This record gives sequence, structure tokens and C-alpha cells, in this order.
Amino acid sequence: MFSASPGSATLLVELGAILIGLALLGRFAGRIGVPAIPLYLAAGLLVGEGGFLELVTAREFIEPAAQIGVILLLLMLGLEYSGSELLVALRTNSQVGALDVLLNFTPGVIVGALFGWGLNGALLLGGITYVSSSGIIARVLDDLGNTGNRETPVVLSILVTEDLVMAFYLPLMAGLLIGGDPLQISLEIVGAVVAVIAVLFAAVRYGERLSAAMFTRFEDIMLLTLIGVALLVAGAAEHLQASAAVGAFLVGIALSGQAEHKARELLTPLRDLFAAMFFAFFGLQIDPANLPGVLAPAAGLAVVTAATKVATGWWGARRAGVGKAGRLRAGALLTIRGEFSIVIAGIAVAEGLDSKLGALAAAYVLILAIIGPFLARAADPLSRRLAARATEKQRSRRGQ
Amino acid sequence: MAEIVETSLPGVGLRHDFLCESGDRLGVITRHSGRRDLLLYTQDDPDAVGESVTLSPDDARLLADLLGGATLVERFNDLRQHIAGLSIDWLPVSETSPFAAQPLGATQMRTRTGVSAIALLRHGTAIPSPGPETVLLAGDTVVVVGLAEGIHAAGRLLAVAGP
Repeated sequence: MFSASPGSATLLVELGAILIGLALLGRFAGRIGVPAIPLYLAAGLLVGEGGFLELVTAREFIEPAAQIGVILLLLMLGLEYSGSELLVALRTNSQVGALDVLLNFTPGVIVGALFGWGLNGALLLGGITYVSSSGIIARVLDDLGNTGNRETPVVLSILVTEDLVMAFYLPLMAGLLIGGDPLQISLEIVGAVVAVIAVLFAAVRYGERLSAAMFTRFEDIMLLTLIGVALLVAGAAEHLQASAAVGAFLVGIALSGQAEHKARELLTPLRDLFAAMFFAFFGLQIDPANLPGVLAPAAGLAVVTAATKVATGWWGARRAGVGKAGRLRAGALLTIRGEFSIVIAGIAVAEGLDSKLGALAAAYVLILAIIGPFLARAADPLSRRLAARATEKQRSRRGQ
Repeated sequence: MAEIVETSLPGVGLRHDFLCESGDRLGVITRHSGRRDLLLYTQDDPDAVGESVTLSPDDARLLADLLGGATLVERFNDLRQHIAGLSIDWLPVSETSPFAAQPLGATQMRTRTGVSAIALLRHGTAIPSPGPETVLLAGDTVVVVGLAEGIHAAGRLLAVAGP
């Protein structure tokens, strides 16, 4: 029989308090027009190590919950894309994608190297500055009513390419972090990359059959099947050093049609619950005492990589024949960083790399997850003025 | 006809847009979720959406019906041009018509005039392809297809008894 021990009572109270706290923050975020993710992270900072209130019991529960949060986050991200969309984006978008890597990965690597965090630390910080937040950007696009704009396909293709690059980057980092002699590392990385490519092609080819096999109209069974398959594949991927997150992402890509539809409906509330815990858990692990020391480099890095993202969006939109106003909107949107940067920073913290790296990543994501959406909102009226001026010029020229 | 441009929006769905003859650009986003967005681009910035309307699957069907009804009549007009001499007309069944409260078959319209009744309009609803047993009521409108002179004869037939 179940009996409530004092420990479990504390766990329930702490967990309940955390969730209510996150809910209140979410409301507040909605009211001031800021995404909830950075606030969840900040909440974790406050109640974590060295924070003004330290959680004891709930932490044991939050840690596995956070792991499930990452898996659900990536599974849902994979659901958004179909395998063929990925292949098309990769084929048509490789130039902008390469520029994106060059401009936005490099600043992080340089700063990481300057701090002396070694090859792994530098590459992780590069990943953090490279990847934009597809989750927050999709929501901002919707809020602004800009999804139909002609620069939007450019923005979305850049995001798809980034997410796809992550599918290779994460196993690569996993291989590097295990260490060992160079030959062993490269063999492991090559193995992981080949596995990802194989699964990707299998997902495109056999996705429909897998989806049909997984689909049932009984929602409870469907939910168990989905989570079971995602956890199993994520676990297997982790075991093969290819990162659990990537495994879940690939499962999401493989699902299509009815199964995909149902999965999105069933998993969204679960994702929201566990992902919130993941963002808070990341904050929990960061000692706020480290923050003041890294604030200046984080802000500098944010300014530089916001500028490089604007440049990426500008160039990509120009190639697609979009006018100046649209190029500005595309660039401003891409400055937003979020969930994926936290996933990468989480790896750095879990691997026990320099504690300053985690703090720098937290400050960096806080800045760009909050300021980025404001930049995107500000770019809208600014671009309208730009466009109005351009038409006026055209008219006066025609008048002469 | 304007050319429709199809663009894939990864993670969102598909966008179709075209330039209207008025110079406005119209578009529709079909989302994976089944939701549709109706878009009107601005004149100043051809890349930006000025107004967008969110349509649920039901809303979209309703709008398609409204627009589709008009295009259906246009299509028929096109068809009429293709088959030379073919006409469509709406003939009233008055109170004084000898065929009010009589089955359609009793008019022998097809035999006498070569005109086919393709629908009956009654109280704002349409009864498509009525059979010979369908009873005509005063106030109905009979939609007929045939040659112009046949339709003329059918009109007289419904108004007065006997040829």
C-alpha cells in the first residue's frame, strides 16, 4: 500500500510550488510580451545552487523530468518537419546555411578559446551562439502576423537547416566529450554521423509505414506508444554516443500523416510541462554568484551575434529577391536564441566543464531570448517606414 | 488567369499566392494543422502581409462555397459558349399554371419542346435533377437547359395548357 512518508510530502509541496511559480511567470511573460523560456531559466537560477532559496527534495525529481523535457522538445521539433522538407531545405539552402555557420558559430568559438575552455568548451559555446530558437521565432512570427511574408520561407529554411546541423553537431560533441585517443574519437564520430544519415533516409523512405504501425485511434495507447518509442530510440542513441535528443528528433521526423497529427495533439501539453522543468533545471545548476563576472562578455557576445544573425537573414532574404524591408525583418527575427542553446549549454554543465561557461550561456540566452523578440517587433514598423520611403522615391522618380 | 505561386513553409505548411487583376496580391497559407490564413499583401512593401484572416477548416469551406457558387455560374456560361445555341433559363410556375400541383412528367416538356428541367428552386432551396414524378407547386422556379426556341415554348407551356 502507498503510504505518504514525510519525504514524499515535501516533494509534492516543493513540486507544486515550483509549477505554480512557473505558471505565474508564464502569465507575467505573456503580459509583458516576452517568451516564457528565459523567465523559467531565471526562476531556476533563483531557487538553485547558491540562489536565495535552495530546493532540496524536488531536485531529485526535476532532474529526470528535465531529461524527458529535452526528449519531448526535440520530438515535437521533429514532428514539425517532414523528411522531404528537410532534404529540400538542405539542397536549396546550403549557401545561406554555410554562411550562417561561419558568421554565428565563429564568435562563440573565439570567446570560448579566449576564456581558455579548451576545444570542447569553445565548440559548445559556438553551438550556443549559432542556433536560433525555432520555437520562439515561430511564435513571434504568428503574433506579428508575418507568417505569410515573402521573407518567411527564408527564415524557416535557415531554421530547418540549423536544426538539421544540430542532428550532426550533437553526436559530434558527444564523441569529442567522451575523449580517448584521436583515432577512437574519429571512429565514434564517423559511426554516429553515418547512423544519423541512415536513420534520416530510413525516416524519409519508411516513415509512412512506421506511422501507420504506430497509429491507433485509442488516445491512451497512442500516447504510451509514442513516449515509449521516443524514449527507447533516445536511449539507444545515447548508448551509441549519438545523443538522446537527436534520437528523439529523428523519431519526430519519421512520423507523418495521421500519426503525426495525433502525436502533436497528445504531446503538446506534456512537452509544455516537462520542457518548463528542463529550462528551470538548467537555471538550477547555475550559481548566480558566477553571473556578474560573465555579464560583460555575455552582453558583448550577444551584440556581435545579433549583428551576425541580422547579416545572415539580410543576405539570405536578398538572395530570395526580397526587398530591404523584408531583409531587415528576416535578420531581426533570427537574432532570437532559446531552447536549443540551453540544450547545448546543458551538455556543458552536465559534463562538468568550467562553471563559468554555464553562467555565460545562461546570461547570453537570457539576453537574446528577451531582447530578440523586441528587435523583431521593432523591425516591423521600421521596415514599414523603409518600404514607404522606397515607394515614395520610386513615385517621385517616375514623376520627373 | 493569374499565375499561382506555391511556396513551401517548412514546419508551417504551404503558401499559395497570386496577383489579382486589381494589382493586389492575395495569398493563402494552408497549415499542417488544417488552419488556413487568408493574406492580403500591402501595396508599399510587396513582401509584407498587410492583413491576414485566420480561417478554421469550417470557415474555409464556407468561404470556398461563397466563392465557388459564383465561379460555378461562370463555368456554366463558359460551357454555353462551347456548345453553340445551348441556353439556360429560369421559368416560373405561377398560381394560374395548369401544371401547379401536377407531376413534372405531366408537362411532357422534353417531348414537346426538347428542353430538359435540370433543377427546381423551391423556397430558396434547390432540388437538383427532378424526376417525372416530382410534383410542381405554384411559386416554384424550373431551371431548364435547351435551345432558345425550345425554352421559349417551354415557358408558354408552363403558363397556359396545351400547345
